[in-house]
Amino acid sequence: MTPTIAVLLIITFVLSTVGLLLLIWSIANNQFSHGQAAARTIFSPGEEGHSEDPARPSDLPFTGDNSEQAAAIEARWTADQSSRTAVLTWLSSSVFWLLLGSFFGLASSIKMHLPEFLAASEFLTFGRVRPVHLNAVTYGWASMAGIGVALFLIPRLFKTSLAGGKYAVLGAFIWNIGLVLGLSAITLGLSDGEEWLEFPWQVDLLFVVGGALCAIPLLLTAANRQVEHLYVTSWYLMAALVWFPILFLIANLPFAFPGASGATVNWWFAHNVLGLWVTPIGIGIAYYMIPKILGRPIISYQLSLIGFWSLALFYSQVGIHHLIGGPIPTWLVTLSIVHSVMMSIPVITVAINHHGTMMGNFGRLKDSPTLRFVWIGALMYTVSSLQGSMEALRSINVITHFTHYTVAHAHLGMYAFLSFILFGAVYFIMPRLTNWEWPWRRLISLHFWLVSAGILIYVVSLTVGGWKQGLALLDAEMPFMDIVRMTLPALQARTVGGALMTLGHLVFAFHFIAMLLHRGAATEQPTLFRPAIKENAQ
Amino acid sequence: MKRALAIMVGAALILLLATLTLVVMPYLQMSAEQVPPDLKPYTEQQQRGRQVYISNGCVYCHSQQPRDPGFAPGDKDRGWGRPSVPGDYAYDEPHLLGTMRTGPDLFNIGARQPSIDWQLMHLYNPRAIIKGSIMPSYPFLFRHVDEPAEGDKVVNIPPPYGPESGNIVATDDALALAEYMLALDHTYPAPTLPKRQPKSDEPKE
Repeated sequence: MTPTIAVLLIITFVLSTVGLLLLIWSIANNQFSHGQAAARTIFSPGEEGHSEDPARPSDLPFTGDNSEQAAAIEARWTADQSSRTAVLTWLSSSVFWLLLGSFFGLASSIKMHLPEFLAASEFLTFGRVRPVHLNAVTYGWASMAGIGVALFLIPRLFKTSLAGGKYAVLGAFIWNIGLVLGLSAITLGLSDGEEWLEFPWQVDLLFVVGGALCAIPLLLTAANRQVEHLYVTSWYLMAALVWFPILFLIANLPFAFPGASGATVNWWFAHNVLGLWVTPIGIGIAYYMIPKILGRPIISYQLSLIGFWSLALFYSQVGIHHLIGGPIPTWLVTLSIVHSVMMSIPVITVAINHHGTMMGNFGRLKDSPTLRFVWIGALMYTVSSLQGSMEALRSINVITHFTHYTVAHAHLGMYAFLSFILFGAVYFIMPRLTNWEWPWRRLISLHFWLVSAGILIYVVSLTVGGWKQGLALLDAEMPFMDIVRMTLPALQARTVGGALMTLGHLVFAFHFIAMLLHRGAATEQPTLFRPAIKENAQ
Repeated sequence: MKRALAIMVGAALILLLATLTLVVMPYLQMSAEQVPPDLKPYTEQQQRGRQVYISNGCVYCHSQQPRDPGFAPGDKDRGWGRPSVPGDYAYDEPHLLGTMRTGPDLFNIGARQPSIDWQLMHLYNPRAIIKGSIMPSYPFLFRHVDEPAEGDKVVNIPPPYGPESGNIVATDDALALAEYMLALDHTYPAPTLPKRQPKSDEPKE
């Protein structure tokens, strides 16, 4: 077997090196870049220096200094309206699944320290409630909200109207049917049995169709685009929409991968859902929102492209770090660990751009809800990714593997990073689509503080509890039941954190519905955290 | 459009490369691996029990993959068994390796707790056996009857966990699950593991 391993390793090494050389060559030859000017493509002519914060176009601080600029702003308004039905369909669905997923998450958390809670019914046993939570928030909330925001950004990025929006609406219906069937199947005990892939493969076909229907407007709109350069956000969005169907299809091929090789496919997929699906969407949104709200382009456009390609190259091969110490070939684990550590390259380049652009503008966090959610999300991307790279090292993983520490890390990524960015994006998008301002700024504030306190308690308690659990598991001197008892306070604290987050989601959903129904007083002013703080045009 | 297409094709190619290294090559290598001669295929009942295990999500708290003692000594020291090898899972479809140890590893639970009565009692209410356990109880896998019929498997539950009157009998699902638990016994030697040498070897992993 050894020569085979050597050959495999050499092939992998050569392929990676070739990929890297290609990347360097293409950047050196300007294949992918128009330089810093490209970073300005998201601004209308003359708009740079003006903030675009949640507000209807008529309220925009910047409406153009001359007729040409005014026309560009008008065109953007038209572009926004073109995606209205499609975006609202996807976003409304996502908010529903967020609520449902939160309640199932909370129930799972309670069951961890009160095992008799709702234990009498097979439909509500822990082992079914937990995967319903995961699938509802991943494929319902995160994926649907992500697609919704992407559909909103695509016409803006391409400076044209969304073409084929009705396909995306149809896609949302099919996707929702898939979720109803898939979650029901888990509840009825018909799970496929692999984490992140619980939905029966027959149901999975619906997601493939629903997702493919969203690719139609993307391609049609891209074909009509009115901009020369593709802004980095569109790179991330296009790549994500290419990656997800491929991943989902391969991983769900029924009965193709038995035994231990099934485990490698399982975790290759599961980590790619994070790395190649929700992460590019999240980063892409932040790359759009931060500069738009600050009214200044990202500081280094070149860097953003290096970040994109290195993410593609490294993130796609990290999945097997979920099987460190498992019954699979060592070279495979090592490959994933190396790529996990290499992930610090895209993470640092993205961090330089996101946080570097924020430099000197942190004051805006006080008033802009979108900026506050999005930037904290971007910050948590940096934190959770670097934590993830560390966690993949064998010396750390031997402690954290199989513990609640991993669960805390997963929520830092999926919630504090991704969900925060999605919340921020929804606060940005809704006023533009409903032609209505967020009615109650205090509700936005309440939402922010509830979910922030909730996720803080959640992550801190499980990180500490999980680490202690991991150390204890390595030492057989400590009886297993003592470890269980030791983790109880962390599990209880998690329920407190989860309850706060769920409350926050109720506030958010209420506000969202109020927006759809045009409740509250009509106002001409954008809804900011602090009233009467107006644009300090910089 | 050309540039947009280039990005999408490039992205797809990179993913295909990853598929090659992380899906195809491991599959080729592992499916060629020897199946331990002492590993028995599951019986029909054990397979059904495995399905009950999947339906009720046991995998979310229990792993089935002891690690090498040179890497993580706790696994072997707790009696969870030798490190597992790909061949041990030859009949597992889907795999149930698990990523969480809220409860102990079950790769050798059949060897540690070989009594079917223990297994059934523990499933009915884990706290009847293990004080402070946070495992859910599974009352829906059992029936409460006044008088057990012929052929019923009666499970004796110690007070106060059992019913006040009548008997608890196991359903076919409970029996199948318990049989699957007993089948989780991988104490046979694994031919592909390096022969047990004095620990002079550099640590694996």
